[in-house]
Amino acid sequence: MSTFLGIPRRREADDEPFGPLPHPHEPLRWGESFPRAAKAALGNTQLRRNLAHATTTIRDKRARVVAEVPDWEALRDAGSAVKQQVLAELPELLARLEQSVTERGGVVHWARDADEANRIVAQIAEAKGADEVVKIKSMATQEIGLNEALAARGIAAIETDLAELIVQLADDMPSHFLVPAIHRNRTEIRDIFLARMAGAPADLSDAPRELATAAREHLRRKFLSAKVAVSGANFGVADTGTVAVVESEGNGRMCLTLPETLVTVMGIEKLVPTFTDLEVFLQLLPRSSTGERMNPYTSLWTGVTPGDGPQEFHLILLDNGRTKVLEDEVGRAALHCIRCSACLNVCPVYERVGGHAYGSVYPGPIGAILTPQLTGPSGAQSAGHDDPNASLPFASTLCGACYEVCPVKIDIPSILVDLRARAVDADRGRLVDPVAAAMKAASWAMSDAGRFAGAERAAALTHRVGGKDHVVRRLPYPGSLWTGSRDLPVPASRSFRRWWADRKESE
Amino acid sequence: MSDARSEILIRIRAALGPDPAPVEVPRAYRTAGDLAPGSPEAIDLLEDRLLDYKAHVRRVSADELPAAIAQAVADLGAEGPVVVPDGLDPAWLTGLADVVADSRTAPRSNAELDAAAAVVTAARVAIADTGTIVLDGEPDQGRRAISLVPDAHVCVVRADQVVQTVPEAVRLLAEHPARPQTWVSGPSATSDIELSRVEGVHGPRTLHVLLVV
Ligand code: SF4
Repeated sequence: MSTFLGIPRRREADDEPFGPLPHPHEPLRWGESFPRAAKAALGNTQLRRNLAHATTTIRDKRARVVAEVPDWEALRDAGSAVKQQVLAELPELLARLEQSVTERGGVVHWARDADEANRIVAQIAEAKGADEVVKIKSMATQEIGLNEALAARGIAAIETDLAELIVQLADDMPSHFLVPAIHRNRTEIRDIFLARMAGAPADLSDAPRELATAAREHLRRKFLSAKVAVSGANFGVADTGTVAVVESEGNGRMCLTLPETLVTVMGIEKLVPTFTDLEVFLQLLPRSSTGERMNPYTSLWTGVTPGDGPQEFHLILLDNGRTKVLEDEVGRAALHCIRCSACLNVCPVYERVGGHAYGSVYPGPIGAILTPQLTGPSGAQSAGHDDPNASLPFASTLCGACYEVCPVKIDIPSILVDLRARAVDADRGRLVDPVAAAMKAASWAMSDAGRFAGAERAAALTHRVGGKDHVVRRLPYPGSLWTGSRDLPVPASRSFRRWWADRKESE
Repeated sequence: MSDARSEILIRIRAALGPDPAPVEVPRAYRTAGDLAPGSPEAIDLLEDRLLDYKAHVRRVSADELPAAIAQAVADLGAEGPVVVPDGLDPAWLTGLADVVADSRTAPRSNAELDAAAAVVTAARVAIADTGTIVLDGEPDQGRRAISLVPDAHVCVVRADQVVQTVPEAVRLLAEHPARPQTWVSGPSATSDIELSRVEGVHGPRTLHVLLVV
């Protein structure tokens, strides 16, 4: 069984310098394989400059507000354990959530895949006679290609988050969870607004405040008149049926409060067992995500409140590959992710190549472990060589920075190593045995920090394996996915992990 | 084809295997801060955090409150009436000329809210550590829409409602989890342009907090 996501959409005229990316047939599998896409991205100086600026800003902010919390590690431990508990008790918790939402006047739907979820949303909108829905940025709805599916049925989905609006106006693809337009700087955003946003003032400057005000004017009428809104969910509380959405701009509150009908698409892993568990995640998420002590707005609602907010609430519980991820005892930790994006912001690979190179709505380190598992044939198998997503677990230096910042302690490096081994297994039939054996040995070495450090030291000692210019031109597959399009520097006399550790000590 | 619900539950059970090991959740984190609820230190901390978000903060006595509310509204220099939830203490509003009440049973239209100069509400609890004020939709706080659509929010927080940590607030809110909650930490803002924070997008662009001490 393979998860096929979304439906095709043709781009309109190529008359503007935006939207270099045609919308993909599959939001989790688009573009070229990572190595090729990365090579192209590396040549884009503007992109690298935008990314470096943005990720440096957010890294510093995050470090400051995390250092302020004396019990940060205890919160991470609790967050990680709650997420493990959620997966271990998933059937019971989902049933409890369904019951509590239903008791409070909500309607719960279940969707096995993207098509099913999209169909449910479209049917609800159609039943309300809506040809337009307002949307809060949500990874789940991007993953299922909801906007394209609705468009195919004549329903316009209007993105209301500023960055998502920028991406939508530019006919672009998002490149970051939190800031989908992180690859655009203020001048590019001004140009996009001027060219594509109806009613944008002709003298619009590139001051962020002016740009935000222009977006406010543009969307205000939509908010005040929208009949149907679609959101994702950051957390769903099984015990009480409460759903939480965190945001900054107030576009979320507009969508969650003003329309008569609200449809929320929530991955089945987004649960927490009790209301009190929110005390952990509402501390971990904002500091890890925007580097703020708290995001400006968090909305919590439980079913329908008569006289306040939407009087019709639909909750769609989405599988779409998650149960495949759950099959693997190691890989399933990817389902703990609360989409804070901290791992993207610290990743040396992400910072250089940007989100689009990952060819999925889930980029960065978490994308490298989540995407191939969501789209692979099953949780414990890799699709192998023929699938561009099979190269994603190689999109990492295994430096470990992602694990250190992850608020729910997902051991991304270990999972990457595990997935690399699977990619090798999948290709075993096509490989000469010595190569497979070598890669198995490599994954054995990499799956344990001590062994890996030992192997790295060994590599440093023998760094004459490269040519005179200290560059390795070709590695056997799967290493060849990298060296096929870019040269891999010979392991330095000081390994990346060693360098990282030294650098941190000297800080 | 079986229905989606049973199929997903079957897939989950198959993926988890016969008896998934139970998980213990360690809760070594702080569930209360060092600062007592309502203490001067907690209020100082809250004020510091709110100012950091570019909210306006003013401390007033209970007697000064009506005049302070009137002043906060006058300072906006905006046209239009002031919206209030119908359960707000009428004594607070004596300094305001043009007040319209809103309730779940007699709601104002979105257009009316959009034309208002400001909204005045009370609050349920405030978190000093994070500069957060929580509204839970009770009659002195009103429908969620009224604290959202008007461009300025004047929010009255009593000293005894200020706790230091997030867990203290969550445990209080857990007494009535089904009430619609809005957690507000400063005026609306975005970090979407180059990850720099800019205040003022779709929610109220001005947040005025009156701390009654
Ligand atoms: S994997 Fe961890 S750090 Fe990365 S987005 Fe998810 S929760 Fe955040």
